[in-house]
Amino acid sequence: MGNYFQQEIECAPREQILAMQNEKLLKQVQHVWEHVPYYRKKMEEKGVRPEDIKSVADLHKLPFLSKKDLRNAYPYGMLAVPLKDCVRIHSTSGTTGKRVIAYYTRHDIDLWEDCCARAIMAAGGTAEDVCQISYGYGLFTGGAGVDGGSHKVGCLTVPASSGNTERQVMFIMDLKASILCCTPSYAAYLGESMKEMGYKPEDIPLKIGIFGAEAWSEEMRRDIEATLGIKAYDIYGLTEISGPGVAFECSAQHGMHINEDHFLVETIDPDTGEVLPEGSQGELVFTALDKQAFPMLRYRTRDICTLTREPCSCGRTHVRMLKLKGRSDDMLIIRGVNVFPSQIETVLLNNGYAANYQIIVDRVNNTDTLDVKVEMTPQMFTDNVGEIDERRKALADGIKDILGIRAKVSLVAPKSIERSEGKAVRVIDRRKL
Amino acid sequence: MSVKQISVFLENKPGTLKKMTSVLTEHHINMRALSVVDTKDFGIVRMLVDDVYETTNVLSEANFIASLNAVLVFAIPDEVGGLDKLLQAFDEAKINIEYMYAFAGKKGAYMIFRVSDTKTAEGKLAAKGFECLTAEEVADV
Ligand SMILES: [Zn+2]
Repeated sequence: MGNYFQQEIECAPREQILAMQNEKLLKQVQHVWEHVPYYRKKMEEKGVRPEDIKSVADLHKLPFLSKKDLRNAYPYGMLAVPLKDCVRIHSTSGTTGKRVIAYYTRHDIDLWEDCCARAIMAAGGTAEDVCQISYGYGLFTGGAGVDGGSHKVGCLTVPASSGNTERQVMFIMDLKASILCCTPSYAAYLGESMKEMGYKPEDIPLKIGIFGAEAWSEEMRRDIEATLGIKAYDIYGLTEISGPGVAFECSAQHGMHINEDHFLVETIDPDTGEVLPEGSQGELVFTALDKQAFPMLRYRTRDICTLTREPCSCGRTHVRMLKLKGRSDDMLIIRGVNVFPSQIETVLLNNGYAANYQIIVDRVNNTDTLDVKVEMTPQMFTDNVGEIDERRKALADGIKDILGIRAKVSLVAPKSIERSEGKAVRVIDRRKL
Repeated sequence: MSVKQISVFLENKPGTLKKMTSVLTEHHINMRALSVVDTKDFGIVRMLVDDVYETTNVLSEANFIASLNAVLVFAIPDEVGGLDKLLQAFDEAKINIEYMYAFAGKKGAYMIFRVSDTKTAEGKLAAKGFECLTAEEVADV
């Protein structure tokens, strides 16, 4: 009944996965101890030796790695194999500081592409499909990873990369693309553009969307599904751990299955680092079990999420991460209140606006200010000044209700909010503390 | 006959009105009448143009949001109390004016009215001897 890429692993009994994890973890800790002096030093400082890790249950004894460690170790400090064994690098966008460079051996690329192939098949993809990949190709992991997965599934792969909307539309229509892979904000943009060009959802051959690399809300999902006439699936990953495909949504669309044969997951209290019982909301921490070149142990993602082991109707047994609450990096503390951009997005969509917005935080006279710029849409525009202003006020009230603090909402021209590499620039924090 | 007016959303930022007029100039679109309403946060430009279809197309290509609304246009006789008589007719017919603005043509002054029920208003005013202008007539003034 299901559509699987590696059914024997994806649907394996829990004990079998656990046994696999125990075996891989022991090997991986030994590998890192021997080849990554930076991490070995961290272990020594904590008084842990490889022989102290006898199973997954001992994982908590290992030190954490964070983005800061990766920056300290730039460019080769985390490399665990000779460079001659590496075949590729990818790199984070570096918007928040020095870039992180991740290295891959042939084996690492192979397992990553397997994960992406699982994601495509879980969304219903088969060798019959035409899969258009509109993630950026290049240093960003989005394009290359999903491209490899699409090949493994056997789809006709269209490496469209990001940008050039008219060409994207041409390929979708002329080649009858049935799967679209890109960031959700680019999918929304593409949907808007196609609508403007006069395409109705039923005219568009796309059936499946696989969207990731940024957090998006359920409301945004419904919007994209309606404009493109597709079913939209979430995919999760990060360069440090491999790239997209660390976790993916299945037909049940209730959380993303984490590929547990390759990635061990924990949730921790972001403030204390304490491991939380499964099912509590916390920061996700990943351990890559069999990546050779760049083997992260207990890497802190900053992503806030909840895990569930409830049986899934798709038949997969791997643990699921529920919709991301937000990245704790994205979380803003404004006037002492925790604010996730996704909360503001929900209010926008519920009030009839599109998810095209920008949050600007500043500090004036020692008080935080919160400005939300929202793009005007044809649906929300009327000739009546009072009506527009009432809708704007309703939006501001909605934000106040959900956040507990007031925002200054201003309406801006359509398509005026900058977009970079297909990702909308959602937050600008001008506070220099 | 009512006339189609174009309303355009303007972000409250220096240069946005100029950006819009430049787009129209580039496409040789002539504005018959123009009014700008401003709030602290945004503005709306209302205008009458020769080619409504072309104008909405070029504006949307330039990422402006525009909507079309029916308005009534009347010539104001060049005499004392000319506007007063017309407004009195509105008053007597109990027509609520949402907004109005004036423009000057080659042959005199004109008023543009936006009311909630254009059709009814048009009939009531015609019955009182006030005929509104057609799109062709507006293009000619
Ligand atoms: Zn499932």
